[in-house]
Amino acid sequence: MSNERKFSPETEAQFQKLLTRYPTRLAALIPTLWLGQEEFGHLDRTALAYVAERLELPMSQVVNTCTFYTMFTPVARGKFHIELCTNVACWLRGCREIQQVVEDELGLKHKQTSADGMFTYEEVECLAACDKAPMCQVNGADTYNLTPESFRELIRGLKSKG
Amino acid sequence: MTKLLTKHIHESGCETLNFYVAHGGYSALKKAFKMKPEEVMEEVKKASLRGRGGAGFPAGIKWSFVPKDSDKPKYLVVNADESEPGTFKDRLILEKMAHYLLEGIIISSYAVGIHHCYIYVRGEFWEPVKALQKALEEAYSRGYFGKNILGSGFDLECTIHRGAGAYICGEETGLLESLEGKPGRPRNKPPFPALIGAFGCPTVVNNVETIAYVPSIIELGAEKYLQMGPHQNNGGVKMYCISGHVKKPGVYELPMNTTLRQLIYDHAGGILGDRELKMVIPGGSSTPILMPDQIDVMMDFDELKKLGTFLGSAGTMIVAEGTDIVELAAVIAKFYAHESCGQCTPCREGTDWIYQLVLKIHAGEGTKADIDRILDICNNMKGQTICVLSDALADPMKSIVTKFRHEFEARVVDAA
Ligand SMILES: Cc1cc2nc3c(=O)[nH]c(=O)nc-3n(C[C@H](O)[C@H](O)[C@H](O)COP(=O)(O)O)c2cc1C
Ligand code: SF4
Ligand code: FES
Repeated sequence: MSNERKFSPETEAQFQKLLTRYPTRLAALIPTLWLGQEEFGHLDRTALAYVAERLELPMSQVVNTCTFYTMFTPVARGKFHIELCTNVACWLRGCREIQQVVEDELGLKHKQTSADGMFTYEEVECLAACDKAPMCQVNGADTYNLTPESFRELIRGLKSKG
Repeated sequence: MTKLLTKHIHESGCETLNFYVAHGGYSALKKAFKMKPEEVMEEVKKASLRGRGGAGFPAGIKWSFVPKDSDKPKYLVVNADESEPGTFKDRLILEKMAHYLLEGIIISSYAVGIHHCYIYVRGEFWEPVKALQKALEEAYSRGYFGKNILGSGFDLECTIHRGAGAYICGEETGLLESLEGKPGRPRNKPPFPALIGAFGCPTVVNNVETIAYVPSIIELGAEKYLQMGPHQNNGGVKMYCISGHVKKPGVYELPMNTTLRQLIYDHAGGILGDRELKMVIPGGSSTPILMPDQIDVMMDFDELKKLGTFLGSAGTMIVAEGTDIVELAAVIAKFYAHESCGQCTPCREGTDWIYQLVLKIHAGEGTKADIDRILDICNNMKGQTICVLSDALADPMKSIVTKFRHEFEARVVDAA
């Protein structure tokens, strides 16, 4: 990836709109980090420096905020980001079995990315869909009422898409 | 008739503005605009609408703490961070009933004299936030937001603000820090947000569900709303989440005098596989547990308190016989150890020590002294910290270890 960082015209328009919604530039930081992550895929130092420059904020402040939040990633994630809920309700309804399927099918542990860059696996806390437990998100799409079979099928489907 | 928000939930298109208006939506707003702001606030006070984010503080009273004449702008911040394990009602409101929330935002802002609202939505809510964005665009396009709303002379802007993954941003001052662009570390209170909140200005912070009930209260009037769940200071209806080992997990909108037994057996269909009930987490993982002989309690803010627990965000989780309580304790402790923001020592260290000790006992390597150590740490974590995340592990953990001590003892190396 090149070191050049610049918002596309569409992102730039969103960015300009953002600036009108807050009384301080700092308040636009988290939304701008989101724009950056969506545009650049992840937020490495070059991306953070670009955000800092655009908001006229010190780099230290941008880093301080960015690193507090678990959804911002400094490194590229796999093509499919699987986030499995392992909190209470999902545990009560069998998330351990789903974790086993991840091990068997992908050989990945929490926060690992497969060598071919296809999958990143993350165990996350309650995603507020406990009535449809166990559940996961794949690239942000909620996937409910998992069984070991349905989840295995899901992963195999993604593999064949890659 | 006990349903207000969920009346049309199963009908297709219920999330659209057209559907909402066709079923009487935004008529409460018109009614409110004919009232004085003080009268609207008074009505909400009379309805004793208790906050549904966890603490149960009456919304009308909270609003009245905001200075009337302030030379600074005032803000409404809607807490849509919904991260308390076991809670999933706000997600349903955002996905299916966002216009109830939006109408509630306009009425509440009018009552308090607010002209900008931020809705802070947790970052993981990709699908709910899309539905909310759509609803907000619709509402703007029909003149429900912006300048001179419906010719009332009242102006209101509304901005959706996405979080980026941190349970602690659900705590209202952590949320405000995060809204301002900083790490979501809670602030010392006082000052309370009503005086110094977002951007140093007076701010009302309310949960999604709290605000979503405001139109119904204005429409019906406080009296009628209260009668829907006749019980002192806990009137009306609310949304109950039930999950875990029940046949029909889901969100149920019920009168506040519903008992836990009714919630489990009449509404959620009873225990999965008709097993015996082992214990209940009544209001989200931050609330102390109840035992099977305590389920005739009414699920309201005051009755649960009498049993040493609380309603919290009404995230009821049901645990059936046959569940490993020590492992369950580890699942709970891990969450708080992970989510502590780290600025208070008792919380930062205590949550992690407890997690490590429970893991040790679970692995069969703990001792009886470790069990007492957990209880000791719980006692030292309480009331010592900036926010109550510390208590939110200490209290439930203490209740679990005390009530299921035999299960912990059966695992230790020096078991009798
Ligand atoms: C650790 C912690 C997490 C919280 N998480 C949430 C949350 O996700 N959603 C919410 O509405 N309130 C949450 N609260 C409660 C808020 O601090 C605040 O009381 C609430 O948003 C006020 O709104 P209400 O009066 O309408 O309930 C949390 C509190 C604590 C201590
Ligand atoms: S109690 Fe815990 S989460 Fe709350 S402010 Fe202190 S360290 Fe942070
Ligand atoms: S515990 Fe998994 S969604 Fe709530």
